Amino acid sequence: MSTTQGLHPNRRRKITGIGFRVGTYLALLLVVGPALWVLLGVVVRAVPHWQWSVLTTPTKGTTGGLENAIVGTLVIMLGVLILAGSIGVLAGIHLSELAKPRRNGKASGGLLRTASDVLSGFPSIVLGYCGYVALVVGLHWGFSLLPALIILSIMVIPYIAKSTESALRQVPDNYREGAAALGMSMGYSLRKVVLKTALPGIVTGLLIALAIASGETAPLIYTANFTNALPGASLIHSQGFAYLTYPVYTFYNQPNVQAHYIAYDAALLLVVIVLLLLVISRIIVARTQRYSESRGR
Amino acid sequence: MRSGRFLRRIADGARASEEGIWKVAGRVAVTLPLVALAFALTVLLVKGYPAIKVNGWKFLTGTTWNYGSGYGATIHTDGVAHPQGSSFGALAIISGTLQSSAIALIVAVPISIGAAFALTERLPTWISKPLGFAIEILAGIPSVVIGLWGLLTLGPILARDVYPVIANNFPDVPVLNFFRGAVSPTGQGLMTAGLVLGLMIIPIIASTTRDLFQQVPPLPKEGAAALGMTDWEVAHKITIPWVRSGIIGASVLGLGRALGETVAVALVSGSFIGFAPNIFSHMTTIAATILTQLDGAEIDGTGFAVATLAELGLVLAVISVLVNLLARFIIGRSSALGPSVGPN
Repeated sequence: MSTTQGLHPNRRRKITGIGFRVGTYLALLLVVGPALWVLLGVVVRAVPHWQWSVLTTPTKGTTGGLENAIVGTLVIMLGVLILAGSIGVLAGIHLSELAKPRRNGKASGGLLRTASDVLSGFPSIVLGYCGYVALVVGLHWGFSLLPALIILSIMVIPYIAKSTESALRQVPDNYREGAAALGMSMGYSLRKVVLKTALPGIVTGLLIALAIASGETAPLIYTANFTNALPGASLIHSQGFAYLTYPVYTFYNQPNVQAHYIAYDAALLLVVIVLLLLVISRIIVARTQRYSESRGR
Repeated sequence: MRSGRFLRRIADGARASEEGIWKVAGRVAVTLPLVALAFALTVLLVKGYPAIKVNGWKFLTGTTWNYGSGYGATIHTDGVAHPQGSSFGALAIISGTLQSSAIALIVAVPISIGAAFALTERLPTWISKPLGFAIEILAGIPSVVIGLWGLLTLGPILARDVYPVIANNFPDVPVLNFFRGAVSPTGQGLMTAGLVLGLMIIPIIASTTRDLFQQVPPLPKEGAAALGMTDWEVAHKITIPWVRSGIIGASVLGLGRALGETVAVALVSGSFIGFAPNIFSHMTTIAATILTQLDGAEIDGTGFAVATLAELGLVLAVISVLVNLLARFIIGRSSALGPSVGPN
């Protein structure tokens, strides 16, 4: 700054302006760069040693493949979709459609909304600890699918509720009024008119929640732990449940090279799952936007 | 006639009960987050109570972290059994948590605001849309993958090429000499943990700031530019003040995320329970300690170590609840004052 001190004030303003402009581009580079660097880093580490047998062999200690972890992560995603999806969407419907606004004009559900916000920022490892102490040990469920699903669902329900609520709020009120004027009952209008219109937004929120759930590690380590076995039919007492983030977190510092390869393969598969979910949600958003624009909104 | 009325009554009943089912199910669902929060805090309090009783205030002010001897005698203090020599003070762990999150905020806030500004105010849509997708990707990458990248790629590069230059050239005066001294060869430590955390909270702050910038009406900005203001002056006098509390709220939300982040920190921090002598040395955070110590704590047959981890979790829970309430308060106030501003 001291070098610009002697300059004409306008010159100094101009230099600050240019510096700011360069700074913003640099900041953008510092966001986009690391994102691509992480993605490329995973690809570069995983692809040269990639073997398709990874998909069909379960882990054996720190070697083998990832079949059990892949199936496990898919089962966890399905479970979270059913458990957190139904509860979160219902909560979002309640906040947007059913709860009456309070007399002072404020939005409804102040305490419940605050609780939901606080829960969405609650440390995942603390929830995992509670799941371990209360469910795995306290209720003697052991490391298994159900405690993992409950803890993961607690984590993503606030997110699903919020995205559902904001999707429903974007449905124009005259849709609801039109449905009521046609004599539709509240439930019928909700199912056939309001939810149908908000569906793309709700689905997008669910997909992002699935991306969060598939990438979590901390809450799973002490609720599901890990096992070499493929997921069985039991929700509890299964002595461990496999998922993809576990090998990434624990296999990288094993002495054998195969363990490293499995860790990188698992990281690649996780990134592919997350990217797929993001791209699908993007396509849904783009398609509904085009659809609503073509109707002349 | 009569049967028609009867059928209508059934239909009305079905309608009413459908509405009733929606309402009851919705009310149950919307209460669950509060129940879950109460469940978590109750578990921590009940499980941690013996540790809170025995460790006392020393837990917040002490710096020794000693599980005691598993082979020694079991001692009873205030009726609570714990191994001989066990002593727990979490000050170094708590300060490590705050230090790494502070670095993350210092790194993430300016980068997020700058990137959001470039995306909304400078670049045409056909470039800013795909580049903006990078923010979503960064938000979606699992934290364990970012942690592994920080450990295997970023850390070693920084430890080889960047940290030694800083460590050798920073002035040897109080405060600034925190940046001097030995550099851990793997790059694991406070600085790398802070940088990785910063990278992880950038998406939260940047995406909110981008949405906020898009809500600033164009007329004041155009007016300012027409008066001859430079980009910097428009940003710093018009755009940023317009949405300031929204940005602060998003930053505090990011802080909350950084305080609670676990796996990535466990990978890049070096997991050392104690004060970091300089910014490049090993440290740990509350979340990483709970993750890495629970296995070992199970060895303590009296269960006192597991109870102490519950107390540690309670400290983190209280910090993050307070931070989230603060963020909510700031965002709530801003949306009450200005036009629609907030992370929705």
